[in-house]
Amino acid sequence: MGDVKGFLRHKRALAEYRPVCERVKDYCEVCILPKEKHSEEQASRCMDCGTPFCHWGCPIGNYIPEWNDFVFRKDWKEAFTLLDATNNLPEITGRVCPAPCEYACVLGINDDPVTVRENELAIIEYAFKHKLIKPRPPKKRTGKKVAVIGSGPAGLSCAAWLNQAGHKVTVFEKDEKLGGILRFGIPDFKLDKWILDRRIRIWQKEGIEFKSRINAGVDIKAKKLIKDYDAIVVACGSRAPRDLGIAGRDLKGIHFAMDYLIQSNKRLSGQQFAEFELIDAKDKRVVVIGGGDTGADCVGVACRQGASCIVQIEIMPKPAECRTKDYPWPKYPLLLKTSTSHEEGAERRWSILTKKFIGEGGQVKKLSCIRVEFARDSEGCPTMKEIPGTEFEIEADLVILALGFLYPEKKGLIEALKLELDSRGNVKTGANLMTSQKGIFSCGDMHRGQSLIVWAIYEGRAAASHVDKYLAE
Amino acid sequence: MKDREKLEKFGLYDSRFEHDSCGVGFACNIKGVKSNDIILKGLTVLKRLEHRGATGADPKTGDGAGILIQVPHEFCQKVCAENKIELPRAGAYGTGLVFLPQDEKERNFCKNVFFKVIITEGGALLGWRAVPVDNSGIGKSAKATEPVIEQIFIGRQSPVAGRRSTASGQDNLDFERRLYVIRRQVEKAIRASRLKQKSFFYITNLSSRTLSYKGLLMPNQLGDFFLDLKERSLQSAICLVHSRYSTNTFPTWDLAQPFRFLAHNGEINTLRGNINWMQARESLLKSELFKGDLKKILPVIVPGGSDSATIDNVFELLTLSGRSLEHVMLMLIPGAWEENTFLDEKIKDFYKYHNCFMEPWDGPAAIAFTDGTKIGASLDRNGLRPARYIVTKKDLVVMASEVGVLDIPDSDILISGRLEPGKIFFIDTQQGRIIEDKEIKEKVSSQKPYGKWLKGNITELRDGSQLKSLPAGRQARVSPKRGHLMNDLRTVPMLKAFDYTREDLKFILKPMVENAQEPVGSMGNDTPHAVLSQRPQLLYNYFKQLFAQVTNPAIDPIREELVMSLSTYIGKGKNILEETPLHCHKLLVKQPILSNAELEKVRRIKKNGFKTKTISLLFRVKEKDSFKKALERICKEVSSAIKKGYTFIILSDRGVDEEHAALPALLATAGVHHHLVRSSERTQLGIIVESAEPREVHHFALLFGYGADCINPYLAYEAINRLIQEKEISLDLECALHNYIKALDKGILKILSKMGISTLQSYRAAQIFEAVGLSVDVIDTYFTGTVSRIGGATLKTIAEETLLRHQQAFSAQSLQQDYLATGGLYQWKKDGEFHLWNPESIAALQDATRNNDAKKYAEFTQLINDQSKQPATLRSLLRFQAVKPVPIEEVEPIEEIVKRFATGAMSFGSISRSTHETIALAMNRLGGRSNTGEGGEDPLRFTPLPNGDSVRSAIKQVASGRFGVTTNYLVNADELQIKIAQGAKPGEGGQLPGHKVSAIIARTRYTTPGVTLISPPPHHDIYSIEDLAQLIFDLKNVNPRARISVKLVSEIGVGTVAAGVAKGHADMILISAGDGGTGASPLSSIKHAGLPWELGLSETHQTLVLNDLRSRVRLQTDGQMRTGRDVAIAALLGAEEFGFCTAVLIVLGCVMLRHCHLNNCSVGVATQDDILEKRFRGSPEYLMNYFRFVAEELRQIMSNLGVRRIEEMIGRTDLLEVNSAILPWKAKEIDFSRILYKPNVPENISTHCTIKQDHGIDKVLDLELIKLAQAALKEAKPVKINAEIKNTDRTTGAMLSGKVCSIFGEEGLKEDTIYCKFKGVAGQSFGAWLAQGVTFELEGLTNDYVGKGISGGKIIIYPDKNARYKPEDNIIVGNTTFYGAISGEAYIRGVSGERFCIRNSGLNAVVEGVGDHGCEYMTGGRVVILGKTGRNFAAGMSGGIAYVYDVAGNFKKKCNMDMVALEKLTLEDMETIKNLLYRHHKYTESPIAEKILQNLQQEARKFIKVMPLEYKRILGLKDMENKLEVAEVSDG
Repeated sequence: MGDVKGFLRHKRALAEYRPVCERVKDYCEVCILPKEKHSEEQASRCMDCGTPFCHWGCPIGNYIPEWNDFVFRKDWKEAFTLLDATNNLPEITGRVCPAPCEYACVLGINDDPVTVRENELAIIEYAFKHKLIKPRPPKKRTGKKVAVIGSGPAGLSCAAWLNQAGHKVTVFEKDEKLGGILRFGIPDFKLDKWILDRRIRIWQKEGIEFKSRINAGVDIKAKKLIKDYDAIVVACGSRAPRDLGIAGRDLKGIHFAMDYLIQSNKRLSGQQFAEFELIDAKDKRVVVIGGGDTGADCVGVACRQGASCIVQIEIMPKPAECRTKDYPWPKYPLLLKTSTSHEEGAERRWSILTKKFIGEGGQVKKLSCIRVEFARDSEGCPTMKEIPGTEFEIEADLVILALGFLYPEKKGLIEALKLELDSRGNVKTGANLMTSQKGIFSCGDMHRGQSLIVWAIYEGRAAASHVDKYLAE
Repeated sequence: MKDREKLEKFGLYDSRFEHDSCGVGFACNIKGVKSNDIILKGLTVLKRLEHRGATGADPKTGDGAGILIQVPHEFCQKVCAENKIELPRAGAYGTGLVFLPQDEKERNFCKNVFFKVIITEGGALLGWRAVPVDNSGIGKSAKATEPVIEQIFIGRQSPVAGRRSTASGQDNLDFERRLYVIRRQVEKAIRASRLKQKSFFYITNLSSRTLSYKGLLMPNQLGDFFLDLKERSLQSAICLVHSRYSTNTFPTWDLAQPFRFLAHNGEINTLRGNINWMQARESLLKSELFKGDLKKILPVIVPGGSDSATIDNVFELLTLSGRSLEHVMLMLIPGAWEENTFLDEKIKDFYKYHNCFMEPWDGPAAIAFTDGTKIGASLDRNGLRPARYIVTKKDLVVMASEVGVLDIPDSDILISGRLEPGKIFFIDTQQGRIIEDKEIKEKVSSQKPYGKWLKGNITELRDGSQLKSLPAGRQARVSPKRGHLMNDLRTVPMLKAFDYTREDLKFILKPMVENAQEPVGSMGNDTPHAVLSQRPQLLYNYFKQLFAQVTNPAIDPIREELVMSLSTYIGKGKNILEETPLHCHKLLVKQPILSNAELEKVRRIKKNGFKTKTISLLFRVKEKDSFKKALERICKEVSSAIKKGYTFIILSDRGVDEEHAALPALLATAGVHHHLVRSSERTQLGIIVESAEPREVHHFALLFGYGADCINPYLAYEAINRLIQEKEISLDLECALHNYIKALDKGILKILSKMGISTLQSYRAAQIFEAVGLSVDVIDTYFTGTVSRIGGATLKTIAEETLLRHQQAFSAQSLQQDYLATGGLYQWKKDGEFHLWNPESIAALQDATRNNDAKKYAEFTQLINDQSKQPATLRSLLRFQAVKPVPIEEVEPIEEIVKRFATGAMSFGSISRSTHETIALAMNRLGGRSNTGEGGEDPLRFTPLPNGDSVRSAIKQVASGRFGVTTNYLVNADELQIKIAQGAKPGEGGQLPGHKVSAIIARTRYTTPGVTLISPPPHHDIYSIEDLAQLIFDLKNVNPRARISVKLVSEIGVGTVAAGVAKGHADMILISAGDGGTGASPLSSIKHAGLPWELGLSETHQTLVLNDLRSRVRLQTDGQMRTGRDVAIAALLGAEEFGFCTAVLIVLGCVMLRHCHLNNCSVGVATQDDILEKRFRGSPEYLMNYFRFVAEELRQIMSNLGVRRIEEMIGRTDLLEVNSAILPWKAKEIDFSRILYKPNVPENISTHCTIKQDHGIDKVLDLELIKLAQAALKEAKPVKINAEIKNTDRTTGAMLSGKVCSIFGEEGLKEDTIYCKFKGVAGQSFGAWLAQGVTFELEGLTNDYVGKGISGGKIIIYPDKNARYKPEDNIIVGNTTFYGAISGEAYIRGVSGERFCIRNSGLNAVVEGVGDHGCEYMTGGRVVILGKTGRNFAAGMSGGIAYVYDVAGNFKKKCNMDMVALEKLTLEDMETIKNLLYRHHKYTESPIAEKILQNLQQEARKFIKVMPLEYKRILGLKDMENKLEVAEVSDG
């Protein structure tokens, strides 16, 4: 540890965001990259704990204290080496990870945690800027071929890792562009897409073959896949959205968040859509149902599209602003999060249940809502109760359903490969991530259910190492 | 089978680890005039030393006592006549007492053997005489093993034909040799026989010169037991006496001393190595004098003897083969000569020459020796045993561990002296004079032209510039064997192949290179034992360093560096019975960690017949069994190298690649060493290890400890080079390697010193380690003689581990990284080694205790107790037997159980004030005990808070630094704990750097803020077991209400030490685990020193039970104690109390930052930083919740085990069994039967503590003093007391002072309120903890530990007014005077022994001369020395001022200048000296003081002021502050 007293000398300081008035006018990234000196100072706050809870809290086990120390000592190269050791996509997690590490940071007990996520970002951007990242094709090829289906964070991490192990990897993506949810699910103002392309170019040079617009299991038959490849990894995410089956659901103007975000991203990348397909918030009263991160992304997009007003509602009560007994340190707590999108303007309301949609001429116009409260039953499980007499309405021209995802899409690949599913509808695997079919592995949300990007990376890497072991047998 | 043998075979006890330490002495007539009086005097000496001996459970059975006298011819004639034995003239017959079997048949068999051997050797058996004894007074156990004792008489001439028949002195020795040859043959024959009672058989001595009477007796029983000793006709001019105090739990008749030549008080630490080396030398033994007889006596060392018996064996051989007594003594126990600037070159040459073929027998020792004409005594290089002597006008000399053991009129005393470190006190009764040390050394060093021989034969491997010649690691890359060039790309796989991790670089190498120091860490060790770890482990990790505790002191390798040495002499050994120039034909390596250049020098050496062969340690990865074959090949190659005349071999693991892996260097080294010991060829060859493996200090210590002569750690150098190239280290390579080697040197010296060993030469091959988890086969073949008590990994496992490592580096699998593995040993890491304290367990414990959530606590215990996936502790492999449960309601309540809980000794200083007080508060509320730790306690805490709570710690620790150990502190305790060792760093001292000594810490420690505080490695009043008994006695006197506990750390032999401690009257013994500890310590000590409590506790319990000592003492254990299950297992293994440490801190907020040593604890637990301390969020409730949870969990277990009270479960190992289902792969062969062994004892023997110790404080002189001082104690009125005093009046003043303090508090009474005037010779600890207002004036002499811990009292000592000797030239007070003095005054008219005013905090003292190490570790006070000082003055002195009257003008050379400067006096100093001398003169009438006072201006020039640098700086700052304050005031 370079500076033992760093945390007493410096307060936590986040890098800056572009001013709201400026950023809402475009889709460029809202955050400004931290300056090196700033990161060095912030990294000095890291105490290099004997029991690094951050490292524990991070699903992929980033060597956080080690690279913080290197940053503090301006040894960016070593910092990068260690960051690269555990994370295939630090430029992504450095931007959009909710950073469980920071919630586990020991300084968080009685002070503000280290800016781990931003330090990560600083390291990886330094590495790109100073050309520390170069394609590193494996020295030897094993002669084995692996198909990775799905190019989201899990599929990509898995492919990269398998390729490093010397296997010939082909990534199949049914969309026209690679990246899955990274590309289409996250708005540009949070993650500019050139960042993804930059990484994919490196992997291409390392020898990974990427095939987009191919719906594996449909465009290529399952049998052929199984025949052509020594192992298959399916990582197609968990894309079936949770719906709200209430009256008026079939009115126009009610969309799933993912449809909204994907289209927005596609439009930005230049794709044209017919008028009837368009989901646009311009001059509309927008209601986003669902208070999570995706909902927040929708708020940001709607804002940029010029919505006349935006309301975000959530069924659960307003979370606490700091830790409660239910979430003692170092657990990842449920806290009130105010994202950059919220700062840009949206009304947020909690404890609201939508009872029905009310429309005019087939177009949604209003939501009929009621307030709810939660209590605990004898088992300690929360139960919801409507509060009589609190019914009210919200006017809306566009309703976005950001209620999370249920399970992977079952049509297509899962059926074709005859993969068994678990009780929640996700792909079932053994401890080695192998599915019910020999030689076919699954990872990421498709296996785990909807989760964080870091978990997807973790699963992708884990799958790669199991595949590698499988192929060695 | 006897109990002892049973225990040794099935339990954990190992008789090799018994210790003794004793009273030794002699009386002698210088002129050789024989008398019965000398013998009576000897017996008196023996009796007066009785308090230094010990008794076992049976109060009448001592550990052994005896005397050695000249063969009393007149007496023999008389008794032979009675027995019809025809006795020739004096000197023409040999005699001796023989212990014989009780069984008549067996007895006759023994006698018959004697007869036959005598005949074959051409002697004559003159007859046997039954030695009359009266065994009515001796103890039960002594009686049970009492042999039949007969005296044998052997004639020089065979009745048939005289073989050799002249009668000169030389022939006298020739006869002695024949008697020796006879004795050895008889001993061997009986040992080899099948006699049932052969253990009874023992020949005390067989000589024409000396005769000994000894047995398993107490000193006062000896004279009554042997009726001979009542005979007036028994006469001798010499009487050597010995009283034994053994930790030995099973004392036997044969181990009583004196032996044939010597009696020993002390301990040989290097015994194992010495025995191995002697064995290795036996094939070379040749002697003109013995001719063919030599092989009849082999082995030289009788197996199973004590250390003292062993050195006697060697002493005997060397003496009888022609060397003089004094020569042999100097050869076996040399003084510290290397750094001694006062020693003549010639004498240094003598030492150096003998060093070439005899390693020192190292350890604290006062040895008295005699051949019947000459008698002498010698002290080890450290002077760690006391030895005082008196010479009288009437030619009488009395030497003993204490003065006052014989009543001698003061007017008769000619000299009152002490033995000095490394010196010999010698009397030749034939010449009728005392021969000075100087004369002896002059004489022996002139016998041969040693200097000339050395010049022509010793080649020194010079270092100097060798580091320069190493160009940036280039040379490191040349693989001599395989010709590979190691380029940078290859470094990473090489590092991986040898298991280097990122932590090795960051936590080990980097700090060593940057600071030239071993790295420091904190918070103990919670990782699995090597044998349990899922990861491949280096073989080094299977070994734990052993350390000295109680029975001998550790040394301070920094402050007492002058006694230490790393010099190594390598080359062919020679016959040690001769002396030739070729004996020193050696390569001298002063620093045995070789640079690459040095190694190449050795490799290419051609000089003087030196020749080096490199032997590869590689084996082929793919070949089956190649691991084992390689080991065999290497041994063969080594033997053949010897035949080809090679003098050195280099065992090299260079050249590892995809196909070749390396044998563990340690395995190869130890294997080769033992192979050569077995073939008696070891001394033919120097073993140099060229290995990539060793990197940290522990590795090097092991390699040396198992026989390596020199080591070249080439990969460590390479790794450092890499760190430099990567700019991780900003030093040049030369400097970096220099620092690294320096750090290693210091670290190795520290490991040596922990065991009390001073020289690497003695440490080499001494095997001072215990293995944990290695199978018997591996141990017996490669690490012969090493203790490994639970078995474990086999050779196959070790091979597998090696291959796994190799695979990680070179496997074809290409998920390969260009960075090293995490490690995770020193910090928890996701992909690193398992830790029991990990984020989950820490979080669960905090959550559970904060919210008093039993469910959460259950989650926590699950994380700790169920280690089936990754066992970390030995106890995790055990499970409870299924028995009939009892209802939980019947189990004793939580409230009773928590009283058995204690918190660990964490000082205020190491943890914050809030933490310390929170712990105390919680424990007081629960009725448990908290511990002050070392460093005092704020007296404000002694008073309860208004609400009834108390933050006073029940346990007050007494540690080696004695910081804040005032009388008041001691009286405010329920328990006084003597910390002998601590788990994190047993055997080491500590240091609190000045910048951490804040005002409040300084106040509680009674020192100056900002001044560094050093805790010495040993207690300087405990160098042996009888010293510990003395300290226990001292403390009990100060506070008779408090129980006295002794804290030990688990290691092999702790059971025997504990038995000694129990005999020393401790009320409670704490066995700490080596893996515990919260404080800052060197990482290598945290990880590699000390053993788990499962072993130590169980060994202790077993040993105590079998000796019926268990009933007298309670046992506590601690170290990584976390849950009720841990407590249950500890109880079943024998503990009745339980200590918690780390868990306590975690409950209070610690999250294992492991930053304690940085004062940077972000949660305010282990810091003194005000800002950080405010972050502390702990609360006593949390802790109470925790302990209640633990107790409740324990209750549940008790209920399941069918026990209602803890007493019922103590030692019930039958309720435990091994859970073999969860044994991890390396531990499949592990064997717990020794741990679970339950000694079978009769029902009347209690297996837990049931009776109180008898401390013997009901007859101390203080009771009288207290009675006489009632007026003072009741009304603070002055009283004057006059009393006689003798050496058996020990610790006078302590109980009185305790009374004063408990009545009047810290302030005590006004000066001189209780004024005691004594006359006589005071016993040990005179004036200990003397309180404010008490004055002790003594006319006479004193022994050791005068005024220890004096807290405001005044001590005045001057010799008897009738004495005619000059006090300023004679010893008036003993060693270790004013140790840990807090404040007060002392005036000593005369000279003191070693370590005057050691660790003085604030006493003002005047003395007229001191021995070595004066004012060591002093932090405050003023000391005036009006005479000579010894060497190493002011070592570690960080505060206070000493004024030395340097008349001889050589003081500078004697002063250790590391921390002090020598200055001239200022006016203020003059004033101080004047005042002190004025009082000195007033109280003692010292003429020296008078003389100086008369002409102070002139005399002042002869004074040298010894000023600690740090102290000066601090005083300077204070001055500034004061001035500023004044300035402000005047401004205002």
